[in-house]
Amino acid sequence: MFRLAIVTPEQIEYEGEVKSLTAPGSDGYLGILSHHAPLITALKPGKIEFRDAADTLHVLAVSDGFLEVSNNRATILADAVENCDDIDIERARSAYERNKARLISAERGETDIDLPSVRAAIDRAANRIRIYKDTHN
Amino acid sequence: MATLRAVKKRIRTVRSTRRITKAMEMVAAAKLRRAQQRVEQAKPYAHKLDEMLSHLAAGAVGEISHPYFEERPVKKTTLVVVTSDRGLAGSFNANVIRKADQWLAQHQGDVEIVTIGKRGNDYYKRRRWPILQFFGDWGGVINYDKARQITSLLTGRFVDGNTDRIVLIYTRFLSMVRYQIVTEQYLPVAKPQVTEEVASEYIFEPSPEQIYAALMPGYATTKMVTALTESFASEHGSRMIAMGAATKNAGEMINSLTLDYNKARQAQITKELLEVVSGAEALKG
Repeated sequence: MFRLAIVTPEQIEYEGEVKSLTAPGSDGYLGILSHHAPLITALKPGKIEFRDAADTLHVLAVSDGFLEVSNNRATILADAVENCDDIDIERARSAYERNKARLISAERGETDIDLPSVRAAIDRAANRIRIYKDTHN
Repeated sequence: MATLRAVKKRIRTVRSTRRITKAMEMVAAAKLRRAQQRVEQAKPYAHKLDEMLSHLAAGAVGEISHPYFEERPVKKTTLVVVTSDRGLAGSFNANVIRKADQWLAQHQGDVEIVTIGKRGNDYYKRRRWPILQFFGDWGGVINYDKARQITSLLTGRFVDGNTDRIVLIYTRFLSMVRYQIVTEQYLPVAKPQVTEEVASEYIFEPSPEQIYAALMPGYATTKMVTALTESFASEHGSRMIAMGAATKNAGEMINSLTLDYNKARQAQITKELLEVVSGAEALKG
């Protein structure tokens, strides 16, 4: 068991003892168990899974953020996280379509588009859709 | 002594003023509650971010390399002054502006001002200070998009070498009735202090440089958001107290005017009685 805190600028999303954690590190998914070596990594949009003390599995969608592990404590600082049950699939789909359309119009030569931020928005929307599909079938 | 009618009119005026100040006090109290909540909610994130930065500095070998840390000889300074859009908040804006003026008096040289809030902007525009940009129309609530715009303007200017130092003057929220005006260096960021014994064999993924590159823009935004939320909460607190005092004063004024009114009324009745009595006496004559 180790301590996990998931914090966003708006609130503390989760704080408590957990048995295991997987998180989307920038170089691929990481599994964290008790007494992991000290680690700091950037997170990319993906899926956070952890098992709490009662062995319940929690699944969350995360956008960009950071993970630090030290002294048997894990801290996730994220721009935004969403519990898999709270994902608004319609909103995610429409965000996906909207940004996809902007990407296409950018390819047609429209210059007034911030490509990196559009790509990031597509990543985030696709991530939410994927996690929604994983957990609702 | 004023005539009865004039006093009555005064009482009515003061009464309607009291209604307004009372309403403003209650609105400010409601806004303060929400603003205070926002300040409390933002704290854990800002705290953890500081912690992570200090661990990163302790764990990463060698120099910290990110443009936000770069100390240069100061040729140009950007002063960011956070005031409110609306007045009637007691001495809130006057205090911030006094502090900013003190700073400006002490620091000669090339300065440009970024104003947040209409009050400060009006003040420095009237005095013909060079205002780089003005951010207003907040309505006393933090707007994250706008906070990000401000951050990217400021960091952009610093990284491009258009300014060598950015100083922030804002109001720190201590409690419902206490706030403190602070002058804080925004950029360059002071190198994080290693305060505790941290394991030095951190694993970094990807490299520390890349983590810094990802972390610092968020750090700058968080600092800005903190300064703004705290300033707004202080503004509402200050307005609540000012309006509470105004309401109390209006009440006292109504009491003393009512006393005047009753005295005048009594004097008039006495006078009339006297006239009737002395008239009757004269008839008896």
